[in-house]
Amino acid sequence: MTATSTPYADIKAPTTARRLLTAPTAGPLAALLIACLFFSLTTDQFLTGGNFSLIVQQVMVVGTLAIGQTLIILTAGIDLSCGTVMAFGSIVIAKMAAEGSVPPLVAIALGLAVCGGFGLANGLLVQKIPLPPFIVTLGMLNVAFALTHIYSEEQTISNLPGPVTALGETFPLGYTDITYGSLFTIALFLLFAYALSNTSWGRHVYALGNNKEAARLNGLRTSPLTIGIYTTAGVLYGIAALLLISRTGVGDPQAGQTDNLDSITAVVLGGTSLFGGRGSVLGTFIGVLIVGVFRNGLQLMGVASIYQTLITGVLVILAVTVDQISRKKAR
Amino acid sequence: MTATAPSPVLQARGLVKRYGHVTAIDGADFDLLPGEVLAVIGDNGAGKTSLIKALTGALVPDAGEIRLNGEPIQFSGPQSARSHGIETVYQDLAVAASMDIASNMFLGRELRRPGLLGNAFRMLDKKRMRQEAAEHMADLKIGLRSLTQAVETLSGGQRQAVAVARAVAWARSVVVMDEPTAALGVKESGQVLDLIRRVRDKGMPVVLISHNMPHVFEIADRIHVHRLGRRAAVIKPSDYSMAEVVAIMTGALTVDDAGGTVVADSDAAKAAGVQAN
Ligand SMILES: Nc1ncnc2c1ncn2[C@@H]1O[C@H](COP(=O)(O)OP(=O)(O)OP(=O)(O)O)[C@@H](O)[C@H]1O
Ligand SMILES: [Mg+2]
Repeated sequence: MTATSTPYADIKAPTTARRLLTAPTAGPLAALLIACLFFSLTTDQFLTGGNFSLIVQQVMVVGTLAIGQTLIILTAGIDLSCGTVMAFGSIVIAKMAAEGSVPPLVAIALGLAVCGGFGLANGLLVQKIPLPPFIVTLGMLNVAFALTHIYSEEQTISNLPGPVTALGETFPLGYTDITYGSLFTIALFLLFAYALSNTSWGRHVYALGNNKEAARLNGLRTSPLTIGIYTTAGVLYGIAALLLISRTGVGDPQAGQTDNLDSITAVVLGGTSLFGGRGSVLGTFIGVLIVGVFRNGLQLMGVASIYQTLITGVLVILAVTVDQISRKKAR
Repeated sequence: MTATAPSPVLQARGLVKRYGHVTAIDGADFDLLPGEVLAVIGDNGAGKTSLIKALTGALVPDAGEIRLNGEPIQFSGPQSARSHGIETVYQDLAVAASMDIASNMFLGRELRRPGLLGNAFRMLDKKRMRQEAAEHMADLKIGLRSLTQAVETLSGGQRQAVAVARAVAWARSVVVMDEPTAALGVKESGQVLDLIRRVRDKGMPVVLISHNMPHVFEIADRIHVHRLGRRAAVIKPSDYSMAEVVAIMTGALTVDDAGGTVVADSDAAKAAGVQAN
């Protein structure tokens, strides 16, 4: 039997246009475009290549964290520790590299491994004990915070060797300078967007978030899958640590503290459901840009930064409300 | 029983499963013969679902032995039963609600693109999965307008159809269905029963858990009556009336070794209008 003889009219994939309109990213995308339009009309500096390059630079750290956060939230989990784990990773990389006891690339590898280790620990506790992700990562937030301050001895670490900050260097694109880190972050988003929508692994992440028992009954190995997701997220926090150092040029023990929640904000603004199983990293990319555009635009308008925080908070509550209402409607 | 009885495809002896103080399976035996439709019936909470979960790797029994084609086997999980060709429609369906029908159908056994895209980039062959899913669903002839809609947007009966189609599509040695017609209308139930017959006609045995006595009597070759966590009797539907089978299920009648019935609870038996034979 061939597919054409079946009674299903639309076994073809829905058209791209229809997918965009019905996708959960449609709302966030519209919000982003409206915000861009608004700031373009109200400020002169907003709509310039240099400003957009700046926005991407400003969001690449929280964006990379938010990729890991998206993976975890898709499984119906949450990670409160991501920014703090990143801070510890950045201190490990900076200190090792600055002391010169190991080559810079080894320092970077160690930083990624340490952050991956935190992810692994989170995953093991969530899966094997099992404990709620909220509690595990709340505890890990404190552990990583303390280790950051103990290991750094409260000192900001500067005089870092070149390779550690290489991602902060720029190349010209037309009249605009772009950092390699921005490109790298965008590449990560594309990589994970592809993995989530075009590989078995991606399908399994969604299935796990939908219904863990159903995933198990369908023969998915839910335990290594879950632990793997938390570990992958940890490695992404390590990459974020590298991006952070390359952007600031120092290892700062005070860094990352607002990023724990900012990453969740970006994920939620991007239309990913906190209940798991629904959402995408492309949505998160839009969510990250929304946060970045609002911060940037309001700054250009001369609005004090505390009001930027206020507006971000309102946006999050709005986004979760929309998620909740649309879920109710789907029933 | 005759001496030439064929050896069971799937067999269990003395299965036990406890949840705290509750003994869900209490020394249960089970025999599924080649090519038969075996109905499993019993009151709510009798332990039918627990029994088939043990038989399909979804739970690991505390004690007892399972044999597949005569060989002792221990399923480490649902995956290991599936790799032996055993497919199950679970009572709660085990579907991923936000994913579409084709994705559910191929969950855990996704198809990859041929060549480099599939091997190096692990790219899924979404088109082929949609086409094959469409073919399997068409086999069921259950009204579905679209295969790209999320399972959560389907009616309860349509969801059940998806779960049934998935199991039948993948089974290689045994199909197990835990109340597959519970949410279905008359027409759709008839289609599932037809499907079960077609599976049997291909020579594959089917285990059917059902509370619907007319369905059971219509389709079953043998009936396994489950009571209080263990097998109370195995009978042929032609040898007993529905009232008698219900009486066995509730414990009013018991079946002796010779296949005759014995009144175990005379009041209950009288109330049910059955007597020993
Ligand atoms: N995961 C569990 N935890 C605790 N008790 C359980 C669990 N699963 C089943 N039980 C108990 O085991 C017993 C048998 O349950 P089971 O679901 O196997 O019955 P059933 O015959 O399938 O019933 P039904 O006809 O209602 O589907 C019940 O008393 C139930 O409460
Ligand atoms: Mg049951």
